[in-house]
Amino acid sequence: MDETVIQDRGISATFSRVPHSEPPHDGAIKGGVARSVKHDSAPRHVAGEAIYTDDIPELPGTLHLHLAMSAHAHAAILSMDLDAVRQAAGVVRVLTLDDIPGKNDYSPFFGDDPIFPEGLVQYVGQCLFAVAAESREAAFQAALLAKIEYAPLPAVLTVDEALAADLDLLPRHEMRLGDAAAAIDAAPHRLANTLHMGGQDHFYLEGQIAYAIPGEGDDMFVYSSTQHPSEVQHNVAKALGIADHSVTVEVRRMGGGFGGKESQPALMANVAALAARLTGRPAKLRLDRDDDMVMTGKRHDFRIDYAVGFDGDGRILGAEFDQAARCGYSADLSGGITDRAMFHADNAYDLQAARVTSRRMKTHTVSNTAFRGFGGPQGLLATERMMDEIAFGLGLDPFDVRRANYYPAEGGKVTPYHMEVTDSVILEMMDELAESSDYRARRRAIRAFNATSPILKKGIGVTPLKFGISFTTTHLNQAGALVHVYKDGSVHLNHGGTEMGQGLFIKVAQVVAEEFQIDLDRVKITATTTAKVPNTSATAASSGTDLNGMAAKNAAGAIKQRLIAFAAAKYSVPEEQVVFLPNRVRVGNEEIAFPDLVQEAYLNQVSLSAAGFYATPGIHYDRETASGRPFFYFAYGAAISEVVIDTLTGENRLVRADILHDVGRSLNPAIDLGQIEGGFIQGLGWLTTEELWWDKSGRLRTHAPSTYKIPTANDRPDDLRIELWDKGYNKVDSIYRSKAVGEPPLMLAISAFSALTDAVAAAGGYRVFPHLDAPATPERILMAVEDVKTRVRALES
Amino acid sequence: MSDAIRFLLGDRERVLRDVPPTLTVLEYLRRHERRTGTKEGCAEGDCGACTVVLQEPDGQGGLRRRAVNSCIQFVAVLDGRQLLTVEDLKAADGTLHPVQQAIVDRHGSQCGFCTPGFVMQLYSGWLGQDYSERPEVKNWIAGNLCRCTGYGPIIDAGLAALDAERPGTAETTALAERLEALGHGEMLHLAHDGPHGRQEWFAPRSVDELAAIYLAHPDAVLVAGATDVGLWVTKQHRHLATLIDVTRIPELAALRDTGNELAIGAGVTHSAAMEALSALHPDLGKLLTRFAAVQIRNAGTVGGNIANGSPIGDLPPALIALDARLQLRKGREQREIALENFFVAYGNQDRAPGEFVESVTVPKLRPNTRFACYKLSKRFDSDISAVMAAFSVTVEAGRIASARLAFGGMAATPKRAKAAETALMGSAFGLEAFEAAAVALAEDFQPLTDMRASAQYRLLAAQNLLRRFALENAPAGRPVATRVLEIAHG
Repeated sequence: MDETVIQDRGISATFSRVPHSEPPHDGAIKGGVARSVKHDSAPRHVAGEAIYTDDIPELPGTLHLHLAMSAHAHAAILSMDLDAVRQAAGVVRVLTLDDIPGKNDYSPFFGDDPIFPEGLVQYVGQCLFAVAAESREAAFQAALLAKIEYAPLPAVLTVDEALAADLDLLPRHEMRLGDAAAAIDAAPHRLANTLHMGGQDHFYLEGQIAYAIPGEGDDMFVYSSTQHPSEVQHNVAKALGIADHSVTVEVRRMGGGFGGKESQPALMANVAALAARLTGRPAKLRLDRDDDMVMTGKRHDFRIDYAVGFDGDGRILGAEFDQAARCGYSADLSGGITDRAMFHADNAYDLQAARVTSRRMKTHTVSNTAFRGFGGPQGLLATERMMDEIAFGLGLDPFDVRRANYYPAEGGKVTPYHMEVTDSVILEMMDELAESSDYRARRRAIRAFNATSPILKKGIGVTPLKFGISFTTTHLNQAGALVHVYKDGSVHLNHGGTEMGQGLFIKVAQVVAEEFQIDLDRVKITATTTAKVPNTSATAASSGTDLNGMAAKNAAGAIKQRLIAFAAAKYSVPEEQVVFLPNRVRVGNEEIAFPDLVQEAYLNQVSLSAAGFYATPGIHYDRETASGRPFFYFAYGAAISEVVIDTLTGENRLVRADILHDVGRSLNPAIDLGQIEGGFIQGLGWLTTEELWWDKSGRLRTHAPSTYKIPTANDRPDDLRIELWDKGYNKVDSIYRSKAVGEPPLMLAISAFSALTDAVAAAGGYRVFPHLDAPATPERILMAVEDVKTRVRALES
Repeated sequence: MSDAIRFLLGDRERVLRDVPPTLTVLEYLRRHERRTGTKEGCAEGDCGACTVVLQEPDGQGGLRRRAVNSCIQFVAVLDGRQLLTVEDLKAADGTLHPVQQAIVDRHGSQCGFCTPGFVMQLYSGWLGQDYSERPEVKNWIAGNLCRCTGYGPIIDAGLAALDAERPGTAETTALAERLEALGHGEMLHLAHDGPHGRQEWFAPRSVDELAAIYLAHPDAVLVAGATDVGLWVTKQHRHLATLIDVTRIPELAALRDTGNELAIGAGVTHSAAMEALSALHPDLGKLLTRFAAVQIRNAGTVGGNIANGSPIGDLPPALIALDARLQLRKGREQREIALENFFVAYGNQDRAPGEFVESVTVPKLRPNTRFACYKLSKRFDSDISAVMAAFSVTVEAGRIASARLAFGGMAATPKRAKAAETALMGSAFGLEAFEAAAVALAEDFQPLTDMRASAQYRLLAAQNLLRRFALENAPAGRPVATRVLEIAHG
């Protein structure tokens, strides 16, 4: 089968169309850019031959670690008697605070994540001490023998409790555009409401793991399942009190990350390295699924209060958003996450006047962390609810109300952080999707169905999406790559990005193959290691390909330039006459096979290795004035979802979704479609079945797949129509004019949440607007239906 | 008696002696065999990443096969069987199996960690021709979680591989014969001295043997599918001194249709019971497809679901509504009780030390009886019920003559709603009667709030299920659609 054609996903009504993917002409390289090349690891994935950290053969003498966890949400530790633990069978070493030679901290910035507590625990599951033993079971059994005396302290568990207690973890932030309050006051129509939304566990299939191998002197080698090897390296060095140069961190692949392996792996790596240092033996720490879910951070849950003024067409005149997030006990990445929630309060809409405030609340729960979208989804969700409510209030189609408010394609309008939006394509995309999905007719058909169906109600929802691409902490927008060309013309590729399944490695390899004009199989993809490319940023913020692709292109380009200079000199032709053709190079009138030119260059002492570097140009953000251009560009998407609910039980189903997504000029349409579908279904889980539930003592009670329900194959609608937008083109000079795709599609699932809200409204004959918080579990839907019915009865009496 | 586990790992014969009987198949594969293709995702049978396939002779020259979660299966399950893992699928020349190739071709792997489990689950279905339509594939893989792909490419791959040629009869017969030769027909008895003391495993071959051993070891843990006991080991880290495997006993695995009744041996798996229960009423079949996942239904048993006494087991309310009876045995003594009387209190059943459930007998529905069962959970597939309800209502001369309304998740045990039943008696079948029953239901139950649902939801939804039942069985008028799955799938 032609590799450029995505197979019909469409047994039943599903299909995906892949643009930008002309079949390769004769003689073209195999696997350049814009081709639907398969994931490089796919044949190994399916054969069980892809090696994850726990699959690496263990060295003789490897120790296994277990972390003991706090039983209290907030307590002083009066005493820890670990004698029995030390004496238990198989135990080699017990690790506590006193054993840490360096700094007792695994935080990314703030110094507030102790590896082992210093007299105080602040969430149920916080690491107390570690046991290194001959087996995992021995370590686990020994840890049970600890005698811990706690003095419990009052615990603040929820956003609302933290707001009531005025317990801010980080300084508040505010963005202002014009005078929103005055604009709302003067508007012909006004409304205000509140939305609570839950967090989300990453549920990467491979849990957190680190394997540390001590070397000579201070040297420490750590295999870590991490999106951020440089941070793990720095953390291990910090905890061991040694220089960064003594620590090497490597990761070939992760079994999923989704943001959960950005800051979190540092704890596992620190403890494993500490055990390895103290015992001189290799040490592995792999968290059990339940421990992983209890101990590690999740998506932030939010409360967002909004107020908006608008005219009779639903055109927004001013809007205010007060966002409050549950950060947990420590800062972690919460500052950036809550910032990004603010940056997305406008979504795709010109609000004209806006005030966005953010409070970052401290609670005695696990420290929440990065999760695909990084606050963006939460910011967007409240805004989309607001748009639905405006439309409802005016009796207009929510599609039209949104349409009246989009940032114009011609530019000239600015966001609440004063960045001009110059690349808005959302109106065109939404119009195309409405047409291709037959939106208007289906909306009418749903109303007709509901009129005759007393128990089951259908709903339809639309979501436009604009998502800012770049780390909003400007300096993180840099990347490095290392490319070697060997004498046989084969290429070794390394860069700072990590592979968690998203297809980054194959995309960057395609870029290098394209640059050298050699077949993709001549490019070797290699594990990410801090020893080859230093000081990298996390593979996060959807930026992996944008940054590392450019860095690798620059590295390959540098070698290519040397080859050009060499060939031009050697054959006495101008440099313009050295042209890289598929697997060969034309020099003047002669063609030389790529490996032959490489061999010649080697014999003539030309360097065939280069480091590449890239920093995103022209972006900045000033916190003082809450203004700037934090994003290089925006990615856009459009979604329309249809659902059905049962008003007796709250049971519900997504029956159809149509998605049109803008990935610019796709580097790999198959990989991009995979990101879109996977992100959408993950977002659907966040908004429907995935509920994190803590009991009153602060214990997370949904800490395994038995109680925490991510979508299954049956939750994916058969009728799921995903298309890449064929006009997609990045206006800025990104890698081959592509656009980032990792995070944005997750937010397209908000269309399903809007649809559920619409279906609940139907249960009250569209007389009152529903109160439906997220996730929309059967329980929340049923209670929202009851509430709607009660309010309608009140209206009638 | 045999003191060794004999099985085929792929095509290699293995003999295991002196291993801990509660060593899981997954640990055995990853640590003892260094077959690391099989992954641990949850160690509780809820994600499918560790799926492997077991094959055994079916006694008629063919093979029976099932996919199971290796994370909660103990190594003794391998005795006399063939264990196939993801490493076994490639051809000798390195060619991928059609199922593997289809996943590659359709971009069905991203991070790849769940992939070996999907490969094995699809492989078992491909081999057994267990699915041919899209909804069947989706049900087939509903116990395999993938966090990356959104499933579309995997579903497509499952369908795409269907046409590939399967092993011929000769090959199957040869393997069946090899496995027959491996089988010893004797009781397996394993003993192992570990750091926490001695562990013994008995796998009796007849009910009489079981009865005698259990009487001699009344503290032993009876293990069938290990879908619960497996977690005692992997999650609770309990030391189990004596275990008795009840899955090697033909009588316990028997299903008997006596015309008016269905007798289900305690060792009948949910997969094996599905056809017979569906025939009793389609709702029972639908319930079973939402009962955990294929891998769990292939291991878990009807007897286990009853005997563990869980307040949230899905079968007991359904069987109580059907007025099922339980046959118990201790030594040579047998007795029979109504299933509803088995559940005394939370964690307490009417079962003496050394006594075990032998079978459950389910009367068939009469023509004038209306029956339904409903399961409510956050997720449709592979989830534990927030509320499970089963209703059996008989109408005579236009009036409700008997009503059995049984619920799970509403109390500390599966329980009938006596006040609601009373409210129905003598009324005409219709919404009015069930409204009264719904009101009375509040006297029957004071449910708990937990992570699955609040007390308020449980009661309201349970009441609404009575209303749903009335609507679905309305004697006249237009049928009212009440089930989203039926609408959603057209």
